Amino acid sequence: MTPMVKAESVCKSFGALKVLKGVTLEIDKGQVLVLVGPSGSGKSTFLRCINHLEQVNAGRLYVDGDLIGYRERGDKLHEMPPREAAKQRRNIGMVFQHFNLFPHRTALDNIIEAPIQVKGVKKAAAIARGKDLLEQVGLAEKATAYPAQLSGGQQQRVAIARALAMDPKLMLFDEPTSALDPELVGEVLAVMKKLASEGMTMVVVTHEMGFAREVADQLVFMDGGVIVESGKPREVLSNPQHERTKAFLSKVM
Amino acid sequence: MTVDASSPPAIDAVPLRHPWRWVAAIVIVVLVVLFLYGAATNDAYGWATYRKYLFDQRISAGAWYTIQLTVLSMVLAVALGVLLAVMRLSPNPVFKSVAWVYLWIFRGTPVYVQLVFWGLVPTLYKNIQLGVPFGPSLFHLNLQDLSINFTLAFVGLGLNEAAYMAEIIRAGISSVPEGQSEASTALGMSWSMTMRRTVLPQAMRVIIPPTGNEFISMLKTTSLVTAVPFSLELYGRARDISGVIFEPIPLLMVAATWYLAITSVLMVGQFYLERYFSRGASRKLTTKQLEALADAQTLGLGGGQP
Repeated sequence: MTPMVKAESVCKSFGALKVLKGVTLEIDKGQVLVLVGPSGSGKSTFLRCINHLEQVNAGRLYVDGDLIGYRERGDKLHEMPPREAAKQRRNIGMVFQHFNLFPHRTALDNIIEAPIQVKGVKKAAAIARGKDLLEQVGLAEKATAYPAQLSGGQQQRVAIARALAMDPKLMLFDEPTSALDPELVGEVLAVMKKLASEGMTMVVVTHEMGFAREVADQLVFMDGGVIVESGKPREVLSNPQHERTKAFLSKVM
Repeated sequence: MTVDASSPPAIDAVPLRHPWRWVAAIVIVVLVVLFLYGAATNDAYGWATYRKYLFDQRISAGAWYTIQLTVLSMVLAVALGVLLAVMRLSPNPVFKSVAWVYLWIFRGTPVYVQLVFWGLVPTLYKNIQLGVPFGPSLFHLNLQDLSINFTLAFVGLGLNEAAYMAEIIRAGISSVPEGQSEASTALGMSWSMTMRRTVLPQAMRVIIPPTGNEFISMLKTTSLVTAVPFSLELYGRARDISGVIFEPIPLLMVAATWYLAITSVLMVGQFYLERYFSRGASRKLTTKQLEALADAQTLGLGGGQP
């Protein structure tokens, strides 16, 4: 079975600054991988490389067997035209730290926007699916509310529904609860747990160690642009092998 | 939280008084009345002439030309301005430099000079043809035609204004947070779709107020088209008439009245446009939403938070 995500020594630098220095990992279909690490360790950048919001400088990144961002012809790589990159992203949902909902559209309109505009879904079908998704994230009654009228937790749940509306085979979460008040974190994590239990493949950058322990199949600790340690979350969390992992975990747990 | 009969009565306080506001208002009203009385009793204003020419057919025809010039040049300016702004922000270096050079030239020279230049174009080029080289012609414009001056006037005004509109639109686009285009990209939208569906609608909130300004400013700049020369618009007409009857002041007042009236109409339009594009910008609930919430509260009386 082809893994959902396969990274082969992925490197990314911004000018002279090397942010990723060879990240290699595999995520099987239906698995949840949680990425942890201090800020600046490159975990968000790696996540953004997976859907080509950032272009990889070296190494290879495959999603469901497709090389991301480039086309391979013979032994030469060609930069991918924007249209094709957009096509690859359709299958990859992304949830941002600051939600990034469209403020000029209601919750429902946020959700149906991409299916209608990008996939050409009929409006009636998109609305039915959108309402269904809102119900799944527990916000059925908020369909006509604008994002500014929703709490942070509600906005993030709408953002998850918006990503799911494209029927992605992979979901990326970039610190989805970091911008939330503590009492709102739980409602977003609950939606993510449900999603994981339904078999969605997920890559989650988070500082919620409880979530990692409970939901993750694989925990990866990154520091300085490399993977320092990875494995079953229980083992890594309770018995970290590496000094840097120990130091980090003692601060966040 | 429960609502019951023992809740305290609503506060009935004595409102704060503002005596100095009244004093200022009275002083200003007195001054205005004095000025109006002085103006009404001063024969030099020529009120009889003012009344005679206010609804003169030549003047209203001139006002119609002014409106046409304003609308046509602004439509051209906004269309071209969007194109230039998007070109300046696009990743394509060719588009970027073309837009920059356009702005450099059209903002760097006075509009009056540009209008004189457009008036002289017919001496440079006899006619304009669009078509296949050495083949059939698809479009033909005879620049020797006498009615060409109206076209030259609005094109001249529009091309100049486009440079300013481009900067206003660019500022609006830059005001939309980066996360917005990132979210659109992540959803698989192309660059142009992101611009059209996500960025520009949000930029409109920033773009509309200064564009309203430009519209009103354009209405008055049309009085410069005499440089082309085109003189059938409002100010040109008023000046022509005053030149014949030797009474410049009442005719100026006539033109000013018309400009003010048209501006007032434009301001009403601006109000509604701004309200439309500020959707979702505020946490404040609309009247409709508040009513719905109040209804829910009444239904679930005593049920606490709606």
